[in-house]
Amino acid sequence: MDLDPVFLSRLQFAWVIGWHILLPAFTVGAAAFIAVLEGFNLATGRGVYLRVSMFWIKIFSIAFGMGVVTGVVMPFQLGTNWSRYSDATANVLSPLFAYEGLTAFFLEAAFLGVLLFGRQLVPRWAHFFAALMVSMGTLFSSFWILSANSWMQTPAGYEIIDGRFFPTDWFQVIFNPSFPSRLAHTVGAFFITTGFVVLGVGAYLLRRGNFAEEGRTMMSMTLWLLSVLVPLQIFLGDHHGLNTLQYQPAKLAAIESRWETGRSIPLTLFAIPDEKAERNDAAIEIPLLGSLILTHKADGEITGLKDFPADQRPPVAIPFFAFRIMVGCGMLMLGLVLFGGWLRWSRRLTTTPWFLLLCEFATPIGFVAVIAGWITTEVGRQPWTVYGLLRTSASVSPSLTGRDVAISLLSYMAVYLFMYPAGLLVVLRIVRAGPSSSTGTDAAIEAGRPQAPVLAGASASEGSAS
Amino acid sequence: MNPAVDLVPVWTLILGIAVVFYVLLDGFDLGVGILYGLAPSTAARNTIMNSIAPIWDGNETWLVLGGLGLLAAFPLAFAIIIPAVYFPILVMLLALVFRGVAFEFRFRDAQHKTFWDHAFNYGSGIATFAQGVVLGSFIQGFQVSGRVFAGTSFDFLTPFSVLTGVALLFGYALLGAGWLILKTEGPLQESARRQGGVCLIGVLAAIAVVSVWTPMMNPAVASRWFAFPNILFLAPVPIATVVSALITWRALHGRSEIVPFAGGVGLFVLSFSGIVVSLYPNIVPFHFTLRQAAASDRTQAFLLIGTLVLLPVILMYTSWSYWVFRGKVRRDIGYH
Repeated sequence: MDLDPVFLSRLQFAWVIGWHILLPAFTVGAAAFIAVLEGFNLATGRGVYLRVSMFWIKIFSIAFGMGVVTGVVMPFQLGTNWSRYSDATANVLSPLFAYEGLTAFFLEAAFLGVLLFGRQLVPRWAHFFAALMVSMGTLFSSFWILSANSWMQTPAGYEIIDGRFFPTDWFQVIFNPSFPSRLAHTVGAFFITTGFVVLGVGAYLLRRGNFAEEGRTMMSMTLWLLSVLVPLQIFLGDHHGLNTLQYQPAKLAAIESRWETGRSIPLTLFAIPDEKAERNDAAIEIPLLGSLILTHKADGEITGLKDFPADQRPPVAIPFFAFRIMVGCGMLMLGLVLFGGWLRWSRRLTTTPWFLLLCEFATPIGFVAVIAGWITTEVGRQPWTVYGLLRTSASVSPSLTGRDVAISLLSYMAVYLFMYPAGLLVVLRIVRAGPSSSTGTDAAIEAGRPQAPVLAGASASEGSAS
Repeated sequence: MNPAVDLVPVWTLILGIAVVFYVLLDGFDLGVGILYGLAPSTAARNTIMNSIAPIWDGNETWLVLGGLGLLAAFPLAFAIIIPAVYFPILVMLLALVFRGVAFEFRFRDAQHKTFWDHAFNYGSGIATFAQGVVLGSFIQGFQVSGRVFAGTSFDFLTPFSVLTGVALLFGYALLGAGWLILKTEGPLQESARRQGGVCLIGVLAAIAVVSVWTPMMNPAVASRWFAFPNILFLAPVPIATVVSALITWRALHGRSEIVPFAGGVGLFVLSFSGIVVSLYPNIVPFHFTLRQAAASDRTQAFLLIGTLVLLPVILMYTSWSYWVFRGKVRRDIGYH
């Protein structure tokens, strides 16, 4: 078998970033949630906020630790597998990556230690401040990395000399055309992902009966947030779509599996794209709705894939289906949030067992949507690393053989397939133990050892706990 | 665009500082991980791990900054060196994954504590060895054609790079022993002193062999050190190394708690300056100089503005976080 280093390097990048993005998808929102809880506790002195916060700090620390180690992998990928991309784009993109490190990583790392281990060592306001800084760090990180990603999608503020990109206007580089809508849509997605995790865990705790107060707090707080964010996210997604139509028409055509250019096009709900024959099989379509949604005009024009040279088209089936999975998740989320709002209005939110069960099932829905959206936008960018300017095939490290990349890819697969289930099991164990670790299964797990003293000290100081 | 100030020396200095910071900071906590395997009991392992639990993440961040700093300031060097050390980097990253998650998993997944103990110990050791191999490959140089690495992904593996891999194991373990002498008491501190002594011997042997081998591999390095009058100006480097070694040795066998760590730091800084003397101004030995590999003026200037503001702030709050956890490891703080 002939191993292609370009294809395998793409697979490897997709693998390491796909797993990595699951962690910021949770920790960005979780850090903010923890900061809010710590702030509420500081302001009101109510113990429930502290107990909920300490519970989520435990889970956060696992996710954050895994996010760090899988994140350290990422910048090195640019060198090991994509050295020609690095050589070509470094003058423009490297300061964005470096600013991520300088503004975000150090901030998160320094204050995380205090957040996790310093509750007894620093004044309460300083501990809250640490939580706030960790949260800010996650947002700064999102800002820079999404700016860099957006520049690859919609490059701006550059000139090309001898096949390499050089900056001409930093403002245009950072705030490139797709950045604002991508940043809003992605950070929105991250908060929603965390929201559904907290909602699901809260529902689980309520359904199980113990920790009812904590479960109610989790459900109530996040359902308010989701009621705002889910509709907003759908609006932002639509806005982002208009941006893709304007700047990446081939990607949009692939997402819609639209072969012929036309006006007043239908909305394709489902189809099986046949890329060889350049047509769709088994298509289910709604007339006119396509143009209306994509262009906001009933007779809006969409350029079809056939109007792009074959070597400038992205794969069709993957963005087409991934996009539909993402939108489908969005609709499910909206339904759940609306139901939740209605139940809250009729004061049955936390006492309706089937709804609690539904929330539990929906716990991972944000992750599914994030991965699907990520696949849509990244596969849709192909066959370019810098859209329309630098081909993926011209970006890979020239020294690599297919065998080299096969070895590294298999290594990453083996390690991640071991590490992620291990991490998930540890998190599930924390969830099962519940917010107060002095009761439940935690005691059995940590038999013979005292409770984690950071938490013991804090729960002792809160008085009426459990 | 011609800025008034030449930024290449500025960025050389910043990157040099970042590399030294990384090597010292992650050096001692990887070193602690290496010595972890020698700890006699679960209680001792708890104390050792808790001595670095609040700070390891910040230390590892310097690795990211070093990599990204190289990409930003000298992108051509990044694009040639990193693919040339494809496998050592892979091994380092995967070892760091195991080692990094072990902090949390060891505490939360108590049934498999022994497994995570090994993950932490071997992860630290393997990551260190891989970094040493990268260093050795860097010193011995790469095959380059045009702007790309032209060798194979297995060129890194030579007796010299294996030697530097082993050397770094002793070096980081020496820093780790110094850290444990600072942060622990009683029998644990005593054993750290003994281990530090063994590591110091290993470090000195490695420094001696590398110092002889490097000029033998490359005449340019030999003439840099041994031609008159350079030999007069450069003689203080080996002399200071011998003096630092003697001071460290005496401190390891004496009472001082700070000098063994400081001595280890001194030896690292001297070794680093030895490498700088040998290779300067090359950043891809012996193909591209720092200036040839430098990013555009606009790139360097744009990043410099933020770096000059942010780096002092980073050092300030990082120092604060070290200060919060100052003194001997407290039994009641951290994982148990």
